[in-house]
Amino acid sequence: MLTTVVDSLRSSLPDSILTVQEFRGETTVHVKKSSIVAVCTHLRDDAASQFDYCSDICGADAYTPENRFEVIYNLYSTALNHRIRVKTFVDESDMHCPSVTSVWPGANWPERETFDMYGVIFDGHNDLRRMYMPEEFEYHPLRKDFPMMGIPDSIPLPRK
Amino acid sequence: MNVEQAMEIRQQKILAALENKNTSVYFNDALDNQMVLNMGPQHPATHGVLRLLIKLDGETVAACVPELGYLHRGYEKLAENCSYHEFIPHTDRLDYLSPLMNNTAYVLAVEKLVGIEAPKRAQYIRVIISEMARISSHLLGIGALAMDVGALTVFTWSFREREKMYDIFELLTGARFTTSFTRVGGLAHDMTPDVITAVKEFFDQFPQKFNECITMLNTNRIFVERLDGVGIISREKAIAMGMSGPNLRAVGLECDLRRTQPYLVYNELDFNIPVLNDGDSLSRYYVRLNEVKESVKIILQCLEKMPQGPVHANEPKKVLPRKEQIYTRMEELIHDFMLINFGVNPPVGEVYHAVEASKGELGFYIQSRGEGHPWRLKIRSPSFMNLQSTPLLVEGGMISDIVAVLGSLDPVMGEADK
Repeated sequence: MLTTVVDSLRSSLPDSILTVQEFRGETTVHVKKSSIVAVCTHLRDDAASQFDYCSDICGADAYTPENRFEVIYNLYSTALNHRIRVKTFVDESDMHCPSVTSVWPGANWPERETFDMYGVIFDGHNDLRRMYMPEEFEYHPLRKDFPMMGIPDSIPLPRK
Repeated sequence: MNVEQAMEIRQQKILAALENKNTSVYFNDALDNQMVLNMGPQHPATHGVLRLLIKLDGETVAACVPELGYLHRGYEKLAENCSYHEFIPHTDRLDYLSPLMNNTAYVLAVEKLVGIEAPKRAQYIRVIISEMARISSHLLGIGALAMDVGALTVFTWSFREREKMYDIFELLTGARFTTSFTRVGGLAHDMTPDVITAVKEFFDQFPQKFNECITMLNTNRIFVERLDGVGIISREKAIAMGMSGPNLRAVGLECDLRRTQPYLVYNELDFNIPVLNDGDSLSRYYVRLNEVKESVKIILQCLEKMPQGPVHANEPKKVLPRKEQIYTRMEELIHDFMLINFGVNPPVGEVYHAVEASKGELGFYIQSRGEGHPWRLKIRSPSFMNLQSTPLLVEGGMISDIVAVLGSLDPVMGEADK
């Protein structure tokens, strides 16, 4: 358990943390969506945290009426050699989430991928295009209501 | 009028203008040298189906935009509909140059989620196959880089060595590329003595052959000068952009998950982590080259230290039983039926486990809801994050350096596109 990291996060941003969980030696911190940039900046700059390396950002679809989507940040510190996971909820009625590209420039492509797969709109991202799917594709394929077989005619075939 | 009709009319106008003998072409601004060039997705130097849109100012690259998705097969969606065992063959197709490494990385993540550990012998065998996969992948990386910058022979020489390794993989797993060798809690089967002999015989002759390859490159002035000082990235930028693997170690950061967060039996083995400080294409090449030598050291140590014993964890409800046991014993038949039909059923929770793959940090993030298949499986692919820095590396350089930079980044599109 990263007690020093969590304590320092609690003391400096007390309102933004919702829950802290631990499973298999990994710490997951649930934070409010509005304060995600503040939390990430603190985690990067705080001397006890130093999470300078953003391993991965991904989305998940919990398929619940409220707080349907999660945005998950897997962070690593190259200096202190520890990992943490930060999570935030995105409701289906408001698909916006602040972008952390200002904190880690490497968050660019993972956020684009999350947008592509789940439709989470990252505010402040300066190049929010689809990562894998064609630009004219209308759906977000990793949502649980997107069928496994795909949707016929959703990708137009090139003319011969 | 829709877009297609407009395009057609425009095309007809262009054709008419070309056929009209009185038409002459004017350059509005003779000094405006900018042009947009499309490189890929079918281009030999992009190592697959990467597409780069390049804006050129003369021969200098003014801007570069990589486009991915030409090999997107939706493995994360497939994983949500597969049981944990069914997804193992799909991991072969991620980084298709080191399938054994991906198999190992995936089952390690699942084992962490389930809470079991493979026996010592299985762990040693996993280290051996991972490092062999790393050597094979780096051999291709070095060979293809040399080919991209014009030294064709090394490619064929390194392929000869890879071919011998694939013979060993075939002997071990029954397949050359689509190995699917690991299982949750162990391996498909033990490493037989004839495979161990084949590995030993291969590594008896490999160092000398590898030295021949790299001597040819290191003393090749054209090769060295094509890479030296090309595609430089600073240490801070490389960390912030999420680079990993040999590309990160070429900027002077000793960040290797085998050392910093040891998994399997890496903390019992003696090996060095090659680090260079320049951050250019030549350092990335040298880091790979030295890593191959370290991998040989690791494999030889493993062959020496490898204990005898089982290769499957003693967890009958989580680990697939052996075929001969299924046919002869009642308990194993029931376990096999339950595992195949209902799956491993790990507890509710989520894990992220990363290993140092040949391209960098290969991580699997799995969310489990206690079912037989993952609720969400995210593949953190190193090639994807490494490619993100391509614009930073090539912008301001010459157009001919793009192939050298791409070759030295060593991306695999199967992994980047998932």
